[in-house]
Amino acid sequence: MSDREHTAVTGINPPLPVQRTVPISSVVDSVGRLVNGFFEWFGSLGIFFWKVLRAAVTPPYEWRELIRQLDEVGSKSLPLVALAGAAIGVVVSLEARYSLSRFGAKSMFPATLVYSVIQVMGPIITGLIVSGRVGAGIGAELASMKVTEQIDAIEASAINPYRLLAATRILACILMMPLLTVATDGCGLLTGWFAQSLVEPLSFHQFIASGFRGATFNAFLPPTFKTAVYGLIIGLIACFQGMRTRGGAEGVGRAATNSVVLASLFVILADVVLVKFILVVFP
Amino acid sequence: MATAYDIAMKQEQPEEDGSAPVVVVKDLQKSFGINKVLNGISLSVNRGETLAVLGRSGTGKSVLLRLIIGLEKPDSGSVRIHGQNIVGLALDRMGEIRKKMGFLFQHAALYDSLTIAENVAFPFEHHRKDISRSERGDRVKQLLAEVGMEGDLGKMPSDISGGMQKRVGLARALALEPEILLLDEPTAGLDPISSGEIDDLILKLQRERQMASIVVTHDLHSAKTISNRLALLDQGNVVIEGKFEDLQQSDIGLVKEFLKQS
Repeated sequence: MSDREHTAVTGINPPLPVQRTVPISSVVDSVGRLVNGFFEWFGSLGIFFWKVLRAAVTPPYEWRELIRQLDEVGSKSLPLVALAGAAIGVVVSLEARYSLSRFGAKSMFPATLVYSVIQVMGPIITGLIVSGRVGAGIGAELASMKVTEQIDAIEASAINPYRLLAATRILACILMMPLLTVATDGCGLLTGWFAQSLVEPLSFHQFIASGFRGATFNAFLPPTFKTAVYGLIIGLIACFQGMRTRGGAEGVGRAATNSVVLASLFVILADVVLVKFILVVFP
Repeated sequence: MATAYDIAMKQEQPEEDGSAPVVVVKDLQKSFGINKVLNGISLSVNRGETLAVLGRSGTGKSVLLRLIIGLEKPDSGSVRIHGQNIVGLALDRMGEIRKKMGFLFQHAALYDSLTIAENVAFPFEHHRKDISRSERGDRVKQLLAEVGMEGDLGKMPSDISGGMQKRVGLARALALEPEILLLDEPTAGLDPISSGEIDDLILKLQRERQMASIVVTHDLHSAKTISNRLALLDQGNVVIEGKFEDLQQSDIGLVKEFLKQS
């Protein structure tokens, strides 16, 4: 019943809605807590990074665990990034051919594909895929170890958990990200060329020669190696979230989710900064 | 009657025969937020001696063990291991002291991605690189045999019972031949037969190895069996410390109630 109908039927004006007032002090408190939590998180992350860095550069080095993590982060992510790269190659190929045809620049297709995949799409897609797979994996694994006191048991056994667990995982992410990016790029170029050659036959040799004509290492190496920074971000955030977990199964789930969300977010933000940095340093 | 603090103060100094207490805890305070868990505790343990720390849930018994092995930092007070204050030591320097300590966690805290044998071998692989792989394997078998688990080398922690996990945890804690053994609720959650077996095992190890041990437990029967001295904690303080007979003769209401309920 509307207010007007209510008045017509009952002859009484409808009751006024209750006005709920929120005191300014509680809003200020909430904002204060939020800002405080934000700075506290960054402070704790900084301290964590310092502990890991100190542990990583001092012996004994955990070579066996590092090799295990290189396999975990690298080989086991390879099929996923290769598939993602292949999909990007096809999408960019279809979009680029259509757009370039409209402007009569079809001859630019190989270079467009090569530059799009290697400079833009390959690194960020690899970063996001690895954030999801590896970030969640590390976050959940370490969180589970934390809540079941396994990390405490490592420390009680006189082993530095920052060295054994965090440094090895972060280093594996840093070392593997550029290699995985090369795999993404390679698959993208291959499927991009294949999609194009289905429409207009073009040999792979011609495609590559045309795509890389006049290109310098500066055009391709910095975008590939910038992914090492993504690796640092993914490994650091996932280890940090995992090793500070509290509160049983719920905490483990929260750590895994936060690892993926925060790592993905910071990878995208880092991309903005790094693109500008690369344009300035490698013009 | 001398207080626990007096005993700790006295025992911190080397005794006439040259043997100082192995673990000395003095005025230890620890809070989590506004919750004060330990309120100035002082205790000491000598070589070959077992101290049982009793108390209701939430009285800070497990926190005390975590402070002694350096997994938590106290708000104030000191923890001396062989005379060295470990409060505030860097992780790697603390590691050197921890090599002399074994810790059995309440839920064993076995590494769930490793087999039973790999769990026990874990401390060797990191600290005893001087011994060969075959020697390491023999040592692991020997340790597991000591705790009656020699037949389960290849099993995963999830495939064995809670009591068996505690045995494996104990074998791992003993791997580096510690001088100090810290046991957090070694019989909690176990049936009476398994509890008795764990108690017998601890007694046997104590006789053979002469370690300084601190056992945190709710189980008065177990505490009476395996310890030389007992300390009862309440609201972050040591209410009474002494032999079981001292507890029995005490007029303190809480002590009487604890003995009655146990």
